Amino acid sequence: MGSERTNLLKFLLFSGSVLVAPVLFSGGYLMNVLVFVGINTMLAVALNLLLGYAGQISLGQAAFFGLGAYISGVATATYGLNPWAAMGCAAAIVGLIAFAIGFPILKLKGHYLAMATLGFGIIVYIAFNETVELTGGPSGLTGIPYFTAGTVQFDSDMKNYYLIWGFALMTILLSVNLVNSRIGRALRAIHDSEVAARVMGVNARLLKVQIFTLSAVISSVAGSLYAHTMTFISPASFGFNFSVELLTMVVIGGLGSVYGSFLGAALLTLLPEFLRTFQDYDIVAYGLLLILMTMYMPGGLVRIPSFVSPILAKIKAGVGKHA
Amino acid sequence: MSHQILQYILSGLSTGAIYSLIGIGFAIIYNSTGIINFAQGEFVMLGGIMTWFFLSVFQLPLIAAMVLAIALSTAVGVLFERLTIRPLRNASPLILVIITIGASILIRGMAMLIWGKDTHSLPMFTGSEPLTVAGATLLPQHLWIFGITLFIIAVNRFYFHHSISGKAMRACSHNRRAAGLVGIDVKRMVLFSFAISSALGSVAGIITAPLTMTSYDVGIMLGLKGFCAAIIGGMSSGIATVVGGLLLGVLESLGAGMVSSGYKDAIAFIILLLILVIRPQGLFKKAETERV
Repeated sequence: MGSERTNLLKFLLFSGSVLVAPVLFSGGYLMNVLVFVGINTMLAVALNLLLGYAGQISLGQAAFFGLGAYISGVATATYGLNPWAAMGCAAAIVGLIAFAIGFPILKLKGHYLAMATLGFGIIVYIAFNETVELTGGPSGLTGIPYFTAGTVQFDSDMKNYYLIWGFALMTILLSVNLVNSRIGRALRAIHDSEVAARVMGVNARLLKVQIFTLSAVISSVAGSLYAHTMTFISPASFGFNFSVELLTMVVIGGLGSVYGSFLGAALLTLLPEFLRTFQDYDIVAYGLLLILMTMYMPGGLVRIPSFVSPILAKIKAGVGKHA
Repeated sequence: MSHQILQYILSGLSTGAIYSLIGIGFAIIYNSTGIINFAQGEFVMLGGIMTWFFLSVFQLPLIAAMVLAIALSTAVGVLFERLTIRPLRNASPLILVIITIGASILIRGMAMLIWGKDTHSLPMFTGSEPLTVAGATLLPQHLWIFGITLFIIAVNRFYFHHSISGKAMRACSHNRRAAGLVGIDVKRMVLFSFAISSALGSVAGIITAPLTMTSYDVGIMLGLKGFCAAIIGGMSSGIATVVGGLLLGVLESLGAGMVSSGYKDAIAFIILLLILVIRPQGLFKKAETERV
């Protein structure tokens, strides 16, 4: 939260580091990973709007991500549409779907909502696998074109880095502004007590559906970006596991913190790259991290400074006494 | 055609029986704690895979392997409750959902490290000579599934209605605070509920493994289907969930046979969504007013 000026300062600092990061990692394999950090940041921030601010869980985010990727992919690879137009179409279609299913689904609460969104995610995943003529089925969809702007084709990690981080920064700016607005306060009110929020005149039902839709649209854009930078997609990237991974990013980063979502996304995207040598252990590490972080650090990574400073103060005080 | 339909119904009933057992496990935990245990499916996996392990690696007789597998799965369930659920008694449902998801990933990951990614098969309990019933074939294992499920439902009913600890557990599910006030050890009942439902889950995993094979990742789908059964049954730990499971099994099997086998799993989730949206209180219960 904080004042407008500190928010702007934070955002500018963050954007600055995003801009110069490639200078440090240029050309390396890490650039490619940083592209994925950007995509996952968008997805995590989108889920955090829903989960961290409005308190509504979704275990079907991968479905919206996948729908964006597949609508974009099929429209361009099969029907020859321009990638930018395809991305817009995908976002519009996914937005409509989310808005339509949002009304019945968001009436549910807690566990039931988790199960309903999970069910939706699995149905969409099965559809990706089974509509073979359209999506290529389990073996995937190939030949998706890169984005182009004028004569520039976004076909290298460096170009895609700036493209995707451009969108990721826009998502962050939008989210920071949104959560510090009247709408953000209304969302937090719903989180604390939906009944109290309704009594105070917040149209809780509509607002929940709107934020669900916004989160789906951002995920869909992330999906389109993914499809056009990878140029190949398959259903395996959009399954239940990925929805859980996104949830992990948000929780580990810190519920209700936009930059926390970036931290969570960065950690969970980079961690497997570093753990590559003990590949199979990463699933165990995920599970453990998820349990331990929710149990002992419910505030997430962003709370580490406030978690550590009292300990440091104590140590200092202790040292002072002895000296 | 008619015996074909009978065939679908019979095999649907047997998968449905499995869903019922898992669903009852969900409901027992939900009723005593208000938690949906997303890790429930992992106990199904543990039952099947540990039986295979004791059978093929330690060469134990089938009965011994099964008993050991059930005991160990129950121990994992109890450990899970003690280490994660009990310290977080007052956490929000969201936190608990995430914890149980974490536990399910952890248990699945450990199983993958210990037993590998291969698919394993268990032998049929008594032979694999098919029987013919009115033109449809039935394996002896199907009869085992029906028999064991019926037996467990009967024991379950006896326990919940005629034993002190069963009655205490029902009291907890009605009102935890009131149950505590009349001297029921609510903490112990919660532990019991985790023990019972992990035992139920592992039994389900064992009796279905000879038909469907087992591997470290079978738990997700089975767990979710069991949850569908419990939702259809309105989260009852009794007969409504059993009917829900059977209904789900039959609809799924008919759908797979007559529409498309690729969409078999989707059918269960479409039913889940429809019921959640249209009748969130389950098919057989009257609607309750929403409490704040």
